Amino acid sequence: MDYIRAFVVGGLICVIAQILMDKTKLTPARILVLYVTIGAILGGFGIYKKLIDFGGAGATVPLLGFGNSLAQGAIKAVKKDGIIGAFTGGLTATAGGISAAVFFGYLFSIIFNPKTKK
Amino acid sequence: MEKDVKKQQEYKDIAQKYEPKPTLIKNIIWAFVVGGLICDIGQFFLNLFVSRGMSPEQAGTPVAIIMVFLGSFLTGIGIYDDIGRFAGAGSVVPITGFANSIVAPAMEFKREGYVFGVASRMFNIAGPVIVYGVGTSIVVGLVYNFLK
Amino acid sequence: MAQKKMGLQTVKFVNPPSIISSGTIVGPKEGQGPLKDYFDVILTDDTYGEKSWEKAECKMFQDSVNLALKKASLNINDIDYLIGGDLLNQIITSSFAARQFNVPTFGLYGACSTMAEGLSIGSMLIDGGFADYVIVTTSSHFSTAERQYRFPLEQGVQRPFTAQWTVTGSGSSLLSSTGSGPYITHVTTGKVVDLGMKDANNMGAAMAPAAADTIITHFNDTGFTINDYDLIITGDMARVGKSILMELLNKDGLNIEDKYKDCGIEIYDESQDVHSGGSGAGCSAVVLNGWLLSQIKNGTFNRVLFIATGALLSPTSTQQGESIPGIAHAVTISRYT
Repeated sequence: MDYIRAFVVGGLICVIAQILMDKTKLTPARILVLYVTIGAILGGFGIYKKLIDFGGAGATVPLLGFGNSLAQGAIKAVKKDGIIGAFTGGLTATAGGISAAVFFGYLFSIIFNPKTKK
Repeated sequence: MEKDVKKQQEYKDIAQKYEPKPTLIKNIIWAFVVGGLICDIGQFFLNLFVSRGMSPEQAGTPVAIIMVFLGSFLTGIGIYDDIGRFAGAGSVVPITGFANSIVAPAMEFKREGYVFGVASRMFNIAGPVIVYGVGTSIVVGLVYNFLK
Repeated sequence: MAQKKMGLQTVKFVNPPSIISSGTIVGPKEGQGPLKDYFDVILTDDTYGEKSWEKAECKMFQDSVNLALKKASLNINDIDYLIGGDLLNQIITSSFAARQFNVPTFGLYGACSTMAEGLSIGSMLIDGGFADYVIVTTSSHFSTAERQYRFPLEQGVQRPFTAQWTVTGSGSSLLSSTGSGPYITHVTTGKVVDLGMKDANNMGAAMAPAAADTIITHFNDTGFTINDYDLIITGDMARVGKSILMELLNKDGLNIEDKYKDCGIEIYDESQDVHSGGSGAGCSAVVLNGWLLSQIKNGTFNRVLFIATGALLSPTSTQQGESIPGIAHAVTISRYT
């Protein structure tokens, strides 16, 4: 059951982005920036949590979820450490994902070569 | 000057007339299916970690790392761009797409060296994402601090 | 008035140079297209055994020069000028390729119009008595263009239907002051035309105004009509650009559709999923030097107007919100003088 919800929620989030890409001239890069920002804002307002409760990974896997993690991390750190938490919280919460991206990015660039498109 | 603007607008109308429109329905369906499937893969790992005793929040980080690994690996073996061709936003929006946007330039600019090629260019797209994401989270944190 | 000038932008040659030889080398995709039998060399792998695509493109450039020389039984030392251009920043392909040639070299940048630009200048050098042999070469490569102008190759992107596929190929024309054709008899040099198009994924729309402007000017300057030509062929308008161009010309009372072809449409089959068609400095070069010249020599076309068009943007100009200026150069190639 949760697989169906994750599928639908995740799919819909992607569909919205697809419509933006096809109807406006927004490039993938700008969509990613838009989504991470919106995710952080929705997370800040406490709204995104509801989507996660319903959609599970369908809400956390899209980049909106990444934005939400950043915002939740900042809030959590502020609760614990005060104002300094605003600066430390975001990156702390997402450190795993970002570090993995840096590490695998570097690793795979050593191992693999880009191939031309057909 | 005014004549130029008019001429440009006239031309824009002509150009738009012959611009083939994207196959929106087809794109939406693929974005939905692929995006949904990738999220389901994430759900699978989420369930796996929760069943091992982690809370959903705790499981978030290892799931993110695994999804990043998958996106990076598929990019490395040269499949992710083939998926992206038809999946569109379905491959861009999940965190696997974020990984792709890092690994693709890292691989591409290897020829320009490991410092200024790989290490610098891998943040072509990820950079703005991190800047705007972290930036917004700081604002959120500051606002929260002053409201509490 | 300069003696050989006609009208506003055209030059008529008193001693028309002949294209006595040509060389073409293309990548695998082009080698699977409808014109595959007309290319001298088809690569099985677009890295051509080199460590980078830039090096591969450079090697292709050198090969196309050597192919043209070999077919004319000439040596590079017989050549007075090499005129070369490509799409890469600072035209490194041409410059680095010219390193091994020991020949006076002019480097050109006209984006995808460079082949016609090179033929124009090369012809002027010969007709003006400044040279007996000139080689004009251009090249482009899908992968080098993609990584410079657009996205890294492994990035998952969806190309819009207006997008064009950069041809991997290099073509050379060997021009001579003596020879028995095909002759370059007239050259119409284009002006830079910009009607405000900003979409870097729609080159056809950016270049069509320049193409229309040059074609109309050519007919006005020379007094020729559509009946004086068997074929009017553009470099890389592709499908989207072609439709726009036909409309622009019709508005001026010029209907060329029956005699019109485009190199970007000819070089690939629809099944090759290139969307609007081919593009690149190499596109017009390999189609001209591979297919078109053979059709002129065998009498299928006696007189051709070859118009290569270029989109004069840079990777930064579009990021700054600039529109894309276009340019088109026309060259009359005729079996007889």
